[in-house]
Parts: sequence; structure tokens; C-alpha cells
Amino acid sequence: MAIHTPKPSLPAPSNMVGVVGWMRQNLFSSPLNALLTLVGAYIAFNLIYWAVDWAFINADWGGESRDACTSEGACWTFISVRLNQFIYGFYPEALHWRVNVVFFLLAATLLALAVDRVPKKNWIAIWALIGFPVVAYYLLHGGSWGLETVDTHQWGGLMLTLVLALVGIVASLPLGVLLALGRRSHMPIIRSISIVYIEFWRGVPLITVLFMASVMLPLFMSAGAETDKLMRALIGITMFQAAYMAEVVRGGLQAIPKGQYEAAEALGLSYWKSMGLIILPQALKLMIPGIVNTFIALFKDTSLVLIIGLFDLLAIVQSALADPAWLGFSVEG
Amino acid sequence: MANSQQAPEKRVKFWNDPEKRAVLFQILAVLAVAGFFYYIVNNALTNMEQRGITTGFGFLDKTAGFGIIQSLVEYSEQSTFGKTFLVGLLNTVLVSFIGIILATILGFIVGVARLSHNWLISKLATIYIETFRNIPLLLQIFFWYFAVLRTLPSPKQSLNLNDSVFLNIRGLYLPSPQFADGFGWVVGAFVAAIVVVVGLVHFERKRQRETGLTFPLFVPSILLLVGLPTVVFFLMGSPLSWEYPALKGFNFRGGMTIIPEFMALLTALTIYTAAFIAEVVRSGIEAVPKGQTEAASALGLPFGLRLRKVVIPQAMRVIIPPLTNQYLNLTKNSSLATAIGYPDLVSVFAGTTLNQTGQAIEIIFMTMSVYLFLSLTTSFIMNWYNKRVALVER
Repeated sequence: MAIHTPKPSLPAPSNMVGVVGWMRQNLFSSPLNALLTLVGAYIAFNLIYWAVDWAFINADWGGESRDACTSEGACWTFISVRLNQFIYGFYPEALHWRVNVVFFLLAATLLALAVDRVPKKNWIAIWALIGFPVVAYYLLHGGSWGLETVDTHQWGGLMLTLVLALVGIVASLPLGVLLALGRRSHMPIIRSISIVYIEFWRGVPLITVLFMASVMLPLFMSAGAETDKLMRALIGITMFQAAYMAEVVRGGLQAIPKGQYEAAEALGLSYWKSMGLIILPQALKLMIPGIVNTFIALFKDTSLVLIIGLFDLLAIVQSALADPAWLGFSVEG
Repeated sequence: MANSQQAPEKRVKFWNDPEKRAVLFQILAVLAVAGFFYYIVNNALTNMEQRGITTGFGFLDKTAGFGIIQSLVEYSEQSTFGKTFLVGLLNTVLVSFIGIILATILGFIVGVARLSHNWLISKLATIYIETFRNIPLLLQIFFWYFAVLRTLPSPKQSLNLNDSVFLNIRGLYLPSPQFADGFGWVVGAFVAAIVVVVGLVHFERKRQRETGLTFPLFVPSILLLVGLPTVVFFLMGSPLSWEYPALKGFNFRGGMTIIPEFMALLTALTIYTAAFIAEVVRSGIEAVPKGQTEAASALGLPFGLRLRKVVIPQAMRVIIPPLTNQYLNLTKNSSLATAIGYPDLVSVFAGTTLNQTGQAIEIIFMTMSVYLFLSLTTSFIMNWYNKRVALVER
């Protein structure tokens, strides 16, 4: 009995494999596609060529003033001269180390939270949420332990951007959780208060919120309780962000199956216990992508504080561009 | 016996009874909110009295005394603050409306391009989306305003297209249409054509439901919509002429001017929002299962019908809600105009007017109400639409 052995299959046609095959399939599968590819390649090539030429080949790097910029391309001198101001704002130069320490602590904390093998995550999280902000405040603002006070109007640049975004996100999370729980509560009045709050803040642009924080908050405070500009902006951002955070949290809460709520009730847990021990730990895990999205949006939105006169990164660059010694470098900035 | 039945009832203290506790909590919440508002209103009144700020909306009738560089209605320095509010509102609506249209077109093109089988095209679309989504809008506005439009040449060396369109640092100059008598008839013919086409569509649907026969709609509709107004236009003796801008002295006179602030804001808003819309479109198209397309081709539907009757209606269900959100975001983001001085609502009203009158509470209240009204109306319509198109499960 002869055993049938199939012949080995032929290799694929040479124009279907390898670089040629890939190009035929993905770039030139039809006349229209070929045309699109050629047009796209032309545009992409020109853009990249222009950008590289401008940013690297024809650029000036060193020097101390604009006289160093002689070539056609970018003038990075402008950036390197101003870099300190872009990062620290008007923070006194001798005290930059305090900002650096905070940056370092922040990076170390985030690294410790992100790397899997670091033990005692709970303690690190508590430090990140409670210990770090306090230490950072005293380092940045000073005023005790022999540290010189640096008023918030001297803060600026990248440092201020980070402060706004981080405080905004950390402070708005608990408020957002409370609002989301309120919105899903069975008590009609609590629910309506939460809904009105959330819909109100989500319906207005952040600029008007910042305007409100800077012109109306002083009117609302009782006399004597003056707050500085940064504090008012932070209050506005937190109130605004809490509404968005609440919707993210609500999304997470809705994704938890009803059985979990019922099981918690069947165990006889009180409302706060069932939320804190059963629902929220599961929901928070689901909410992480949403929270990260909100955080990125907030990080971009912090640039708006320049409108009420705080000098974040964008505002510092903007004001540096207005310096008569350096006119005409907006693209580099 | 009776005792033992009642005993557990009695033992429940009122703070352990969920219903009574709920009432208590709610009363406390109402008291807290009322107390908070009492506190801030009280403070506000005392503070305003101390600073000598009057309250009320009387300031709206006072003369504004400042000019606005772009207004859709008659506006001068003698106009009232109420008029200022209106001008700002209209400018906001103008830039949002045009921005929404342009962003939708660009967004749909990029979204479809990202799904293209052409590797290069889809990668280019991805780069576009990822770049513009992740740069703060304010920075983009600054880029277009300071880095692009501020580096344009002066009026004498302006970029020139066919001697009718000029682009320079002062803005974009376009020929403006001058309507003669009888142009109303052309508009009338266009409206009539629309009415006839709508009627045709209804007729076609009805006939197809009853007899199954189809009627070619596309070509006659286009012919009607384009042809009828054109015929009337020439019958009336071309009642339309163009006024071209011309360089007189140091600046252009005549024609239509689009100020650079408007161009920068519109470009930035369009490009930024289009990146988000592209993602919305992509998710909508990807949400239609492949089986739907295959089933449609198994039924023998040609490509166009397959798209129109099967894929797009299902994709729209996913696309519309987030798309409305993007429209809303664009409208709210247009308030960034104040950073480059485009005279929108926030800029002229919450900015200049507020500085001149000091009526912080009324002005912020009015500004916020406008945006709030827009948002709530949109979300109301969206919810209604959502309910209408939602899948009804049997």
C-alpha cells in the first residue's frame, strides 16, 4: 500500500511576498490607491525634509544672544538661554534646588508606584496622596523650618503647570467619587443636587470658570479671608474637574454587575462599607483609563490659566517671545 | 404574643431605619446647601456694598464706549453694553458654526483615511490625529496666530490670487457679492427646488414600499437643485456682481475682510476638533460588524447602496452622540478667542465689559448661562435622538 505523500507546496509567487508583495498589497492595490500613495508620499517627504532641515541641519545651537543665530533655520539659542525661566518661572534662582528636590521626589514616587517589584505599595500610595503634597508645599512655598517664603506669584513655567495639574487631579478625585455616589443615590434630593452640580460645571467652558474664580471668589469670601491668585485658580479647576471626574466614576460604578451590590447588602454591610470594601475597589480598577484621559485633558487645559494672569509654561514662553531682544522666534517657542 | 411581635419594631431606633435616615440626610444636605448659598450671597452683598458696586442689570443700557473689530450687526462706540453682549454672542456663534461644518468635513475625511487599506494614507492620518489631539488648543491657536498669520507680508506685498483674493498681515480680503434686484427670484427658485426634491424623496419611499420599484433620485435632484436656480439666474439677467478689494494707500478697500484673529481661531478649532471627530468616525465605522457588509453583498446590493442603506445608518447610531459632544466642545473651546483678541462673548463681555463696569456677578452669570443653555439644549436633543435610534430589543 503506497502512502500518499503530498508534494511540498510551491512558494508563493514572488510578487506576493517580501517588500514587493507588501507594497503591492498595501500601497498600490488599485490605481486610485497608487495615486493616493504617490501624493501622500510627496507631501510627507516635503514636510519631513523641511522640518529636519529647519530644526537640525540649518539650526543654530550655541551662543548667548540672537547674534549667534545666523543661519536660515531654527535658533535654539533662544530656548537654551531661557530654559531656566521656562522651567522655574520667576522662582528665585538661588532656591531652584527646592523645586528640583520636589521634581526628584515626584519622579521617585511615581517610579516606585509604577515598578511592580517595589514592596509596600499601600504605604507608597498613602505617601503619594498625603505625605508628598504636604512636603512639596513646604518645599515650594517655604515659610517654616528656616526655609525662605516664596510667594505664589513668583511661581511659573513648567513647575506651575505641574502644580496645577497634579493638585487639580488629586483634589478632584475624592470630590468626584462623592458626586458620582450622590448621583446614583436613591435619595431624590441628594441625587438632584449632584446632577445639578455636574451638569452645571460640565456645561460651561473652563475659561469662564477661571474668570469666575478670579473675580467672583473674592466677593464670596468673608472679608479678611483673602486668597492668592493661584489658590483661586486651583479652587476653580478642582470644582470644574470634579464634575468630569464624577462622570468617569459613574461610568465605573455602572459597569459593576448588580449582583455585587446585592451580595454586599446580603452580607449586611452598611452603605459606606459596601461601597468602600466591595464596589469602589472594583470600580476604580475600571476607571483608570478614564481617569488618565481626564488627567491628560486637565494637563492641556492648565494652559488656560495664562488668561487670568498666571505664568504657566505656555505663558512664560509667550512672554519671552515679547522680549524685544528676541522678537520673531515664535516657532521655536 | 403580641409583645414579642411588636418588640423588634420598637427596638429599631429611628437612626437605624433606612427610610427615616434617608429623610434626615436629605434635610441635612438641603440645610448645608442653603447655608452655603446664604453664606456666599451674604458675603457678596457685604463686599459689594463696601466696594461701592451696584447690583442689577441696569448697566446693559449704558453706553459701551469701545469699538469691536468685527461685528455682524450694526455696532459703534455709542452702542449699549446690551449690544456688546449681542455682538459677542453672534461672533461666538459665527466661529462655532463655521468651525463645526469645516471640522466635520475634515474629520470624516481623516477618519475614513485612517481606516484606508493604503498603509501610507492610514499612517499619515494617524500621525495627524495623534499630533493635533495631544497639543493644547491654546498653543495651537497661538501657533496659527503668532507663528503663521503674524509672519505674513504687509499689505503692499500681500499674497495675491488672481487679483481678487489677497492675504496679508491685516487679514484675508475676498471679493464681496453685490446683489441686484431680482436676486430674490434666484433664491426663491432654489427654495422651490428643495421643496420639489423633498417631495420626490417622499414619493420614492412611498412607491418603493408599495410596489418595490425604485426610482432614480440622485441625478434629477442634482439637476433640479443646480439647474433651476441657474436658469432663473440667467433669465433675470445675472443680478449679481462682485466687488473686488483693491489696494488704496496703505490698506485694501472694498470687498470682504476676514480678520486674522478669526482665521487663526477657526483654523485651530477646525484642525483640533477634526482630530477628535476622526476618531469618533473611525470607532463608529469599526463598530458595524463585518457580517453586516457581507450580508449586504450576499443580498446583491452594489457598493453604494451597501454603504448608504446598511453601513452608514448603523455607524451613525454610534457616531452621533460623541459627535454632538465634539460640537459642544468646539463651541466651548471657542471661548479661547479671548487669548488672541477675537471679539467673542468671553472676550468682549466677560473681559472688556467686566473691566469697565465691575459688575462681576451679573456678567459672569450671563456668560455662563449662554454656554449652559447651549450645552443643555444640545444634550436634550441628543438624548431625544438617542432614544429614537436606540436598538429596540425584542
